[in-house]
Amino acid sequence: MYKRKSFPYYIFVFLAPAVIIYTIFMVYPLLNSLRMSFYTVTDNREVFVGLDNYFKLFTNSNFAPRFFGALKNNFIFFVIHMVVQNSIALVLAALISNESRRGANFYRTIYFMPTVLSVVIIGFIWNLILNPLWGVSKSILEVVNLGFLFKPWLGLPETALPTVALISVWQFIGIPMILFYAALIAIPEELMEAATVDGATAWGVFWRIKFPLIMPTVGIVSILTFVGNFNAFDLIYTIKGANAGPDFSTDIMGTFFYRTFFGQQLQLGDVPMGSTIAAMMFLIILTGVLLYTFVWQRRVQNIEM
Amino acid sequence: MKITSTELTSYKVRRFLAAAILQLILMVYVVIALFPIFMIVMNSFKAKKYIFGSPFALPTPTTFDLIGYETVIERSNFGTFFTNSLIVTLTSLALTLLIGAMAAFALSEYQFKGNTLLALYLSLGIMIPIRLGTVGILKLMVGLNLVNTLTGLILVYIAQSLPMAIFILSSFMRQVPKELKDAARIDGASEYRIFGLVIPLVRPAIGAIGIFTMIPIWNDLWFPLILAPSQKTATVTLGVQQFLGQFVSDWNAVLASLTLAVIPILIIYLIFSKQMIRSITAGALK
Repeated sequence: MYKRKSFPYYIFVFLAPAVIIYTIFMVYPLLNSLRMSFYTVTDNREVFVGLDNYFKLFTNSNFAPRFFGALKNNFIFFVIHMVVQNSIALVLAALISNESRRGANFYRTIYFMPTVLSVVIIGFIWNLILNPLWGVSKSILEVVNLGFLFKPWLGLPETALPTVALISVWQFIGIPMILFYAALIAIPEELMEAATVDGATAWGVFWRIKFPLIMPTVGIVSILTFVGNFNAFDLIYTIKGANAGPDFSTDIMGTFFYRTFFGQQLQLGDVPMGSTIAAMMFLIILTGVLLYTFVWQRRVQNIEM
Repeated sequence: MKITSTELTSYKVRRFLAAAILQLILMVYVVIALFPIFMIVMNSFKAKKYIFGSPFALPTPTTFDLIGYETVIERSNFGTFFTNSLIVTLTSLALTLLIGAMAAFALSEYQFKGNTLLALYLSLGIMIPIRLGTVGILKLMVGLNLVNTLTGLILVYIAQSLPMAIFILSSFMRQVPKELKDAARIDGASEYRIFGLVIPLVRPAIGAIGIFTMIPIWNDLWFPLILAPSQKTATVTLGVQQFLGQFVSDWNAVLASLTLAVIPILIIYLIFSKQMIRSITAGALK
């Protein structure tokens, strides 16, 4: 490292703008929101109430059913992403990684395309495609003689949540796909050649050699999915509105937070309770990130050694 | 072991079949990925009767109609929304790149007390979504009188984008050869001058950051909805969301406004996609 005699003011000059903006507009508001979860507001004055807001969230009949409902829906939302999105992404990445350069370039560019579009646009597009009035999806099912399967999936309480989750999968599949692809093409060619010479099938090579080698990426994809899902909001707000209908069946933490913080129709916004929900989301996401960092990454490192 | 010619042929046939099936799977997903977008764009150029009558047919001179686009241009402030989105996205991106590059340069170039800790502090934002601080952000913006201003949005987006930008830029900056910088130092260049020398060398990182910061900002609904919901400051994403809410039953207008919102971002994507994918596959994000 380079050393100078005079005090290195330039280090401060380089760092100050980033540290200041990041601290004022991200860290401070986040801490302030967490603090608000221990307060209540009466007559415009903040009063410290300890953990009362949390007890209210877990036990009050206005909050508890919505909170546990949103939590459960959010877990289902996450599981659908893990199972459907990440396994299809892995298959597509594995297939593309065997393509020629030009072919791979073509497919990955197209597969990533929905990911760059706004969730709002995606929400409306699928709303139209699935709309019984337009009947596009019904006609497609009829082509393969499955027309009888068609239902207004977004409108029924049993199917609304999986449908919204699958729309989200359709949109975001590009991210795990490209990460898996990057990991797969980084595997040295010699490793696979050696195995192929030993008579292993493509299937065997994939599961016994490639998959263990991309374990670190499996971890990254899982934690990105987790954080993204527990922070989701836009798609459900666009398709189903802040009430996440029908009958709260698509309500997840993000929509619950928005409704509570800003209020809806006749109900006024509740800042302390909104903060409490945000704090719970923070705790959930933090737990996921810590588990990933200290349990998963350590285990993967041990295996590699 | 002897291989007969029939065995060889059947092996070749099997190889060919396997390759064909793989191509088929890949093409099926191409259709799945593109079909919904294609349906919207194609039908936006048709008269209402044909949107419903023959949704799968391409527009022909008889079915062609721009009524949807006329409605959107007359009834919505699409121009304003578009300008707002451009201002917010480009300003945030430019400032994130400048401020992020400065911080990344300091973190990767100088060893000082607390370097690692500061790098860790700045990278927290990669994993912890800024939305969780919304209550605090809104309070702060009310206090600073920045509600319903583009400035408020820009400041939040810079804070949101900095962690990832600093992370990517530092990893690129560490690869810049030391000799280059030391040679400049011997020539008496100031540290600011050396920073200026390094910037052009990390240009490939800009593609990745461009995609990873620009697209989430352009597409964001949350902060425009909460911090700047007025008609004057609405971005394309929020504007389209509200416009679509009002015109739900006007299919021509809905399809046209969706198309108008999709096209610019797809063009930007196609320009940047190679650079972006290359920087991901080059391991910049590992």
